[in-house]
Amino acid sequence: MAILVDILSWFFLVAGGAFCIIGMVGVLRMPGMFARLHAASVTDTLGAGFIIIGLILQAGFTLVSAKLIIIMGLILLTSPVATHALAQAALHAGNRPKVAHDETGGHIAGEDEPSNS
Amino acid sequence: MLYFASAVIITYGFWLVLSGHYTSTLMIIGAVSSVAVVALASRMAVIDREGHPIYLLGRATWYWPWLIWQIIKSGIDVSRIILSPSLPISPTLINVKASQKTVVGVVTYANSITLTPGTVSVEVEDNEITVHAITRAGATDLAAGDMDRMVTKFEGGAPS
Repeated sequence: MAILVDILSWFFLVAGGAFCIIGMVGVLRMPGMFARLHAASVTDTLGAGFIIIGLILQAGFTLVSAKLIIIMGLILLTSPVATHALAQAALHAGNRPKVAHDETGGHIAGEDEPSNS
Repeated sequence: MLYFASAVIITYGFWLVLSGHYTSTLMIIGAVSSVAVVALASRMAVIDREGHPIYLLGRATWYWPWLIWQIIKSGIDVSRIILSPSLPISPTLINVKASQKTVVGVVTYANSITLTPGTVSVEVEDNEITVHAITRAGATDLAAGDMDRMVTKFEGGAPS
């Protein structure tokens, strides 16, 4: 039984580590700031999530697991806010994303009229 | 008052988990500080339906697993894009409509979009969200409105 939990836990730890590396590779490969945000969010969610699940399996039914779950909740609640703040700040600073398809017609939510900057 | 009580209970539970010492002195100190923290917070008028949306707790039991499944699916999609040598991205900017009625609902929707790898909400205003997606397929999936309906159901509005 213990060996089964260990195998499962290592599976999650290795998968989490792999997703962290994939996220890093993505940050290096992607063109432009907005595309890099998407690569970074793989590290945020799947990387951190799988590593924490693996650690919970290692810790078992203890207080440590409860704290790990709280950390997971903290990551899930704060990382989208930080990502959104970054993207919004970039947009307001005049850094329009380079897109292949613009389906907004130049209209950004909250702007009165289309701007062509 | 109910919001005050539930905020105290949750704060105290949080304190108990972080503390790990269960002697009577420390537990009383914890209880006093939880009440003090919530009292200060309610003077700032953040302990209300919007700032402490405890009524969502029951519905989170089915919304969060659904969201986590979405995160895993699109996370694997984005990983595949990153690892493929040709880097098949088609960045797309799109406006989606948020049909939620409350601020909490719109924020949940915008955060769920950002949390799902491959889509980032760039700007939120009233009931409109500008989304940057890494592929056009991701943008059209989002525009189809599955997640929008799910969040509306989560928020408690009428499913459209």
